[in-house]
Formats: sequence, C-alpha cells, structure tokens
Amino acid sequence: MIAALTALLTCQLLGEVLVRALHLPVPGPVLGMVLLFAALLARGRAVPGELGATADALLGNLGLLFVPAGVGVVLYLPLLARDWAPVSLAVLAGTLLAIAATGRLAQALLRRLG
Amino acid sequence: MQELSEIWVYLARAPLAALTATLLAWLGALRLQRMCRRHPLANPVLFAVALLAGGLLLSGVDYRAYFEGAQFVHFLLGPATVALAVPLHRQWQAVRRSALAAILSVTCGGAFAAGAGVALAWAMGAAPEVTASLAPRSVTTPVAMGIAERIGGLPSLTAAVVICSGVVGAALGPAVLDLVRVRDWRARGLAIGTAAHGIGTARALSVDATAGAFSGLAMGLNALATALLLPLLWRLLAGG
Repeated sequence: MIAALTALLTCQLLGEVLVRALHLPVPGPVLGMVLLFAALLARGRAVPGELGATADALLGNLGLLFVPAGVGVVLYLPLLARDWAPVSLAVLAGTLLAIAATGRLAQALLRRLG
Repeated sequence: MQELSEIWVYLARAPLAALTATLLAWLGALRLQRMCRRHPLANPVLFAVALLAGGLLLSGVDYRAYFEGAQFVHFLLGPATVALAVPLHRQWQAVRRSALAAILSVTCGGAFAAGAGVALAWAMGAAPEVTASLAPRSVTTPVAMGIAERIGGLPSLTAAVVICSGVVGAALGPAVLDLVRVRDWRARGLAIGTAAHGIGTARALSVDATAGAFSGLAMGLNALATALLLPLLWRLLAGG
C-alpha cells in the first residue's frame, strides 16, 4: 500500500512541478493522472495488484473526499441567498440539459464512429 | 461548567474533532443511502455536506477551524485523481476504440454545459461576477476556480456551484439519461463526467466499471478543453 501511495504521490508531484514549470492550464493531479496512465501503457502489462487495490480503495470512497470542500458552501450562503434564483436555475437546468445533450451526442457518435 | 467549556474549546480547535466528525458524517450518509436502497437521489456527498454544514452553523464553529482537521481528507483528492488512471487503463481497449467519439462529445458537451449555465443566469439577471462564476461550473474544482479568476468571477462562489452541480448531476443525471434513452454505458459515463466531474464519477464508478472509466476520462478531457477554450471564448464574447 505504501509503495502504491508513493507512486500516486510521485505522479502528482511531477504533475504539479511540470504545470508550474511549463505554465500549463490544467491542475497538477490531472497531469499526474496522464503521467501514471502513460507509465502503465509503457509497461504494457496489467495494472500491478497493489496499485490496483490502493486505487480501488481511494476511488471507492471518492465521494468522501469532496465533503470538506463541499461544507465550504456555508461561507457563501449570503451570496447564494442574494442571487439564489439564477444560480439554482443555472446549476439545476444547466447541468441536467448538459447531461442529456452530452449523452445523446456521445451515443450517436459512438454508434457511428465505433 | 468551566471544565465543559474547556473541553469545547479543545474540540473546536483541534483537527481531531473535525476529522472524526467528517468520517462519522460520511458513514452516516452511507447508511442513509443504503436505507434509501441506493437510490440515485440519495447522494451521500449531499447528506454528509448537509449534516456537517448544519452542525457548523448550529455550533458556531468557523469553517476555517473545521477545515484544519478536514484538510487531511481533502488532501487525498490529489492522489485519488491520479488513481483514475487505473480504471482508465483497465478499460483502455474500449476507450481506444471510441477515442474520437469521446473527445468530440466531451468538448461539445462541455461547451454546452458552460453556455447553458451562463445563458440561464444572464437571462435571469444575475450580477456579472456571478454569471462569470457559473461559466466553469461543470469542471473539477481546482480548474474551475482558476478559470473563474481569469474571467472575472468569484473563485470561492465557483467552488460552491461546482460542488452543487456535481451533486445535482450525480443525483438526477441517471434519471435524465433514462428519460432521453441513453443506454450505452460508455455514453452515460461520458455525459456524467462532462457535466458532474468527480462527484458524478464517484457515482458512475459505483454503478458500472465501464461508465466509471469513461466518466473519469470525460472529467479529465473536459477540464483540459474548458481550461484552454473558455477564457479565450469569454474574452471574444465579452470584449467584442
């Protein structure tokens, strides 16, 4: 588990360093994901068992990791209360419309392109 | 009484209490989700956030004091994002065959998500900085905050609407996809990951491995596409 966590943190650290050095617009962890993926591809075999288990444990509780940031909503209650109607409409209708549109488009494209 | 208030001062300041409360709230939220028979509407992120936010408001504990402890959980978001490479690699054969369709639908879907939110808020007469904060709503929090800063939004408000969008997408997205008859797990994952980033991906991973891998892929692609394109488009539209 420690070796797998070290691998994940190393990819994240490399990602953060590259993002800052090259002024990339993506966050370090997203680039870290690309780096780990490239490393796994270059290895050319199945994901090592230990890394797989650690990744599954982290991703199995992915929702928990959003909770501390989510509780930050309490800081913006006055702002949200002032503009609650446009904000909630944009969040609710905008998100659901986007899901419907993306889903339909993806299904149509997947049928045509493979 | 004196002793009791000393204990309270300790609990309100030390990271241990906030960390424990976060984990307890999450376990309670999972139990609540099981009691609702894992219905998509019963989203554990929503439950846990509501429990903790309510607790903070009732007890008067400052959010920053709470985050001192909760940051240990928050920190794991980074390695968890990196770990998304694992399901993606497991599904690589399926992903490679549909790479072009995935890139096209995520880019168009991401642009639509940003456009729809901005148009709705603008039509309802929201303040300009609020509208700008809503534009990067559907991408993962750190990217969204960076974009909001560049286009004149309020990064902190963006963080709040990003989380809300994720919860809405994870809770109501599956029903919407059933409604418009999207049954392909790959397309369902792409749609949820594009509009509801990591919170949607968490839900997708718990339902279907293929949907989870495509959702993680869509989240990364949309973060990249939105970070590159949105500030440019915003300058063109707002400046011209």
